[in-house]
Amino acid sequence: MAGKMKRLLALGVVVLTTAALAWAGSEDQPKAGGAPKPTITKAVKGEHCVEPNDYMRRNHMKLLMHQRDETVLEGVRTKKYSLKECINCHASEKTGSVAAAKDDFCVSCHSYAAVKIDCFDCHSTKPQGSMAMHPLNAETAHYSHQLAARANSKVSAEEMAGVAQ
Amino acid sequence: MSELKSMSDNTPSSPERRRFIGAATATAAGLTIAPGVMLIEVAHGRSEEQAASSAVRWGMLIDATQCATGCDDCVTACSTENGWTPVAKSQHPKQAPQWIRKLELQDPLTQMETNLPMMCQHCDEAPCVDVCPTGASFKRADGIVLVNRHTCIGCRYCMMACPYKARSLVHEPLNDTQKADVPRGVGCVEACTLCVQKIDRGDGNTACAEACTAAGHSALLFGDMNDPESEISKRLRELPTKQVRADLNLNLGVRYHGI
Repeated sequence: MAGKMKRLLALGVVVLTTAALAWAGSEDQPKAGGAPKPTITKAVKGEHCVEPNDYMRRNHMKLLMHQRDETVLEGVRTKKYSLKECINCHASEKTGSVAAAKDDFCVSCHSYAAVKIDCFDCHSTKPQGSMAMHPLNAETAHYSHQLAARANSKVSAEEMAGVAQ
Repeated sequence: MSELKSMSDNTPSSPERRRFIGAATATAAGLTIAPGVMLIEVAHGRSEEQAASSAVRWGMLIDATQCATGCDDCVTACSTENGWTPVAKSQHPKQAPQWIRKLELQDPLTQMETNLPMMCQHCDEAPCVDVCPTGASFKRADGIVLVNRHTCIGCRYCMMACPYKARSLVHEPLNDTQKADVPRGVGCVEACTLCVQKIDRGDGNTACAEACTAAGHSALLFGDMNDPESEISKRLRELPTKQVRADLNLNLGVRYHGI
């Protein structure tokens, strides 16, 4: 009786494993009508990311988390792993943002993976000009109407591409 | 003995050598002064990967005698630089953020009017830092009191603890209207940062002080209070200044003249 049970159990394991493998194998092939894949748009600027793509896909959150504490607590604002620089390169040409539309860079993958991003509760999703283009400097500071007008203007794609590194 | 003798024999004691030694000492002395100077310069315009240093203490001297009635350029400049909506333009004025506000005071007996901007005083012994339950309210090495929004839970203890009413809470979602350099968001407390993004960039001045100078009043002077040669230190040595609520012994980073 015990031997029969064992044989049955072994058979069950074999069947399950085969089914799992077959299912996993089918996952590799693109499925028509399956779950929609995220659209990963190429960055507007630059040839490649600061680290290889595979590494970034798995570890970008760790890099950002590390950088965030250094920046806030110590004032270290190196550009390599800064969120601001991610946005400068990856903001979409259409919306000028990384998280405004459904297929913008950050949102696209995050909605696919069902991981909520709360970066953009506080951080701007759009790139901004360098200090040279900054609306506020000593000469213009008191023209409040000018500043207000410039502060409200949308960032154009040309401007975005021209953001200084 | 012979070795010693030969060494002393080799040593030329000509006037040329003496002059050379003199010159070398002078150069060495120059170098020792130079790194001292360098140190201060590095602390001011530190490189990107260098952390803020306690060798510096950023502070501000506000000359209330120069602060003009009816002028609020410092407030406008601050709201533009940091992306907050001023009270006048806010849909909810009672909840509007006030990183800096203009006060116009009048002595009831003499009718004398005093104008001054009021903001976070960047205390050395900051009550907001003491009371924060999560450690979000903190003082950076260079004396700037900040809120770490990643850990702020919006409990507002710091707002109650602050004797200067300097902090405010963001009550409603900002819907991506923030500046790229100045993240701020709903449910977090915020206050004057002494334009920390500008300091880290090496601008060496705040938006309010720049605006005040541009408007021709020069009532705000920003600088390093630890550097005895800085403009602010010199002025602090010369002028009689006051700390607001000096009785609390908080050692403020913002000093007032003429109040």
